[in-house]
Amino acid sequence: MAERILMKGNEAIAEAAIRAGCRHYFGYPITPQTEIAAYMAKKMPKIGGVFLQAESEIASINMVYGASAAGMRVMTSSSSPGISLKTEGLSYIAGSDVPALVVNVQRGGPGLGGIQPSQSDYFQATKGGGHGDYRMIVLAPASVQEMASLTIKGFDLADKYCMTSMILADGTIGQMMEPIVFEDEEPKTYEKPWALTGTECKRPHNIINSLYLKPEELEKKNFDRYEKYKLIEENEPMWEEYMMEDADICVVAFGIASRVAKNAVVTARSEGIKVGLIRPITLWPFPVAPISAAADKVKAFISVELNMGQMVEDIKLASQCKKPVMLCNRTGGMIPSPDQVLESIRKVEKGDN
Amino acid sequence: MENKRLTLFAGHYGSGKTNIAVNYAIKLASEGKKVCIADLDIVNPYFRTKDSEDELKANGIDLISPQYANTNVDLPALPAESYRLVQDRSVYGIMDIGGDDRGAYALGRFVDAIKAENNYSMAFVSNCYRPLTSTVDGAIEIMREIESACGLNFTCIVNNSNLGKITTPETVTDSFPYIEELCKKTGLPLWMHTAVKEVADKLTGVPVMAMTLQKKYFDIPDFPEV
Repeated sequence: MAERILMKGNEAIAEAAIRAGCRHYFGYPITPQTEIAAYMAKKMPKIGGVFLQAESEIASINMVYGASAAGMRVMTSSSSPGISLKTEGLSYIAGSDVPALVVNVQRGGPGLGGIQPSQSDYFQATKGGGHGDYRMIVLAPASVQEMASLTIKGFDLADKYCMTSMILADGTIGQMMEPIVFEDEEPKTYEKPWALTGTECKRPHNIINSLYLKPEELEKKNFDRYEKYKLIEENEPMWEEYMMEDADICVVAFGIASRVAKNAVVTARSEGIKVGLIRPITLWPFPVAPISAAADKVKAFISVELNMGQMVEDIKLASQCKKPVMLCNRTGGMIPSPDQVLESIRKVEKGDN
Repeated sequence: MENKRLTLFAGHYGSGKTNIAVNYAIKLASEGKKVCIADLDIVNPYFRTKDSEDELKANGIDLISPQYANTNVDLPALPAESYRLVQDRSVYGIMDIGGDDRGAYALGRFVDAIKAENNYSMAFVSNCYRPLTSTVDGAIEIMREIESACGLNFTCIVNNSNLGKITTPETVTDSFPYIEELCKKTGLPLWMHTAVKEVADKLTGVPVMAMTLQKKYFDIPDFPEV
């Protein structure tokens, strides 16, 4: 029977990964995500899995690349500065079309920044980060329960589309403890005919590679990959809408910011302000449809973020700049309060944007 | 159980050590005792004793914590004044140890002095709703790892079984068979149960310490019920 347990967000990711059939974890410690590695170190040896603390982030992402090429469900995790180190590998993984799950429990930046929560790797996650034409599926959990469910979803999407899924969390959800439930579900499995599993002299060699010396070939690879991305943009956007039916103002917030924002929306409604919330769950593909629909109804958007407003331009693109997009934010490890968001909502309601 | 001069709280990550240490310190101080609390957690810089600095000060409790605690240069180093706790035998000393064996390594340097004085309890803080300690054997494994990391053996058990904000009195009473088995298998006595005040007030007939949870660096609201 499924029972409630009390977990940290980071532990929920690790447990969910194991339940999703991941038996290979490669990482390097960094606050505030170290509990993922600690949990894996304890559990993997007991279930015949591999936990390996590599000599660096760069080594660990390349171990992910290798294990994935061999057909394994594999993951790594880090926090902002560590993800920057991994981006070379992320680009190679994208160029080789192999699946991977990468977790970023964000902390303040740029540079070494701080250890407190942040959402300032939005650009890095949704716009590439590494070199070349590529995308990653980016999932933004807003609770410990979602840390678990989106980890499982992330593995499935990665296998389905042969690409990286990134869990873009932050130090708050990584560290906070909430009661959660795991459903007893068998992990989904995907055929991987491209994997390096040994030919037994019965089939031609599989080759996993991101190097194409003929430009025509490389161009075709990129065109094909973007056909796949188009499919994902059509089929995979996920979002939650709250009180949007009659809303005049639309708050847009993801991850931990959406919890703060939702509370502000409830208070504003009690003051008679018609405000709703759209919470993107996938940041790429960005949920264009609900934002575009809202743009025809509301008078303004308010983006609530733990960064300098990196999601604002995606809201502007999705709404085709039909309505103004205000920003309500804190950065550097600070978190907006429900009162700060409420104040932004009141301002827009009064019309002094 | 009588109050020993030194009380050490250790256990699994997230078992509730810091909250228990802080509340126990305040309880001793309210009984008129001279109390000093030391934050020996150099593993997790997100939640720590220093978060309760103002409250501890208001209760006349002496706090020893890493010099840069709660800043961006939080270093895994203990201040020299930590020794005061083991050397000054005129105070009641409370040590908040980091989680698991990794957190317990920091205690090692004080162990000779603690053993020499031989007036201490070391409590294993237990929560049966945490995944790695959800079985008694899982808890015992973590206990043994902590003991071998720090070189000191546990003397008692504190039952802090809870499910965070949704904890009810039944959540606590449901853990009694588990705790009984843990005590039986380890041969250690149960010192007390711990729970937030609203829950503790409804638990009768068992030794309970009612707690006020310390304020965190962040306090994220739940999603409102829709």
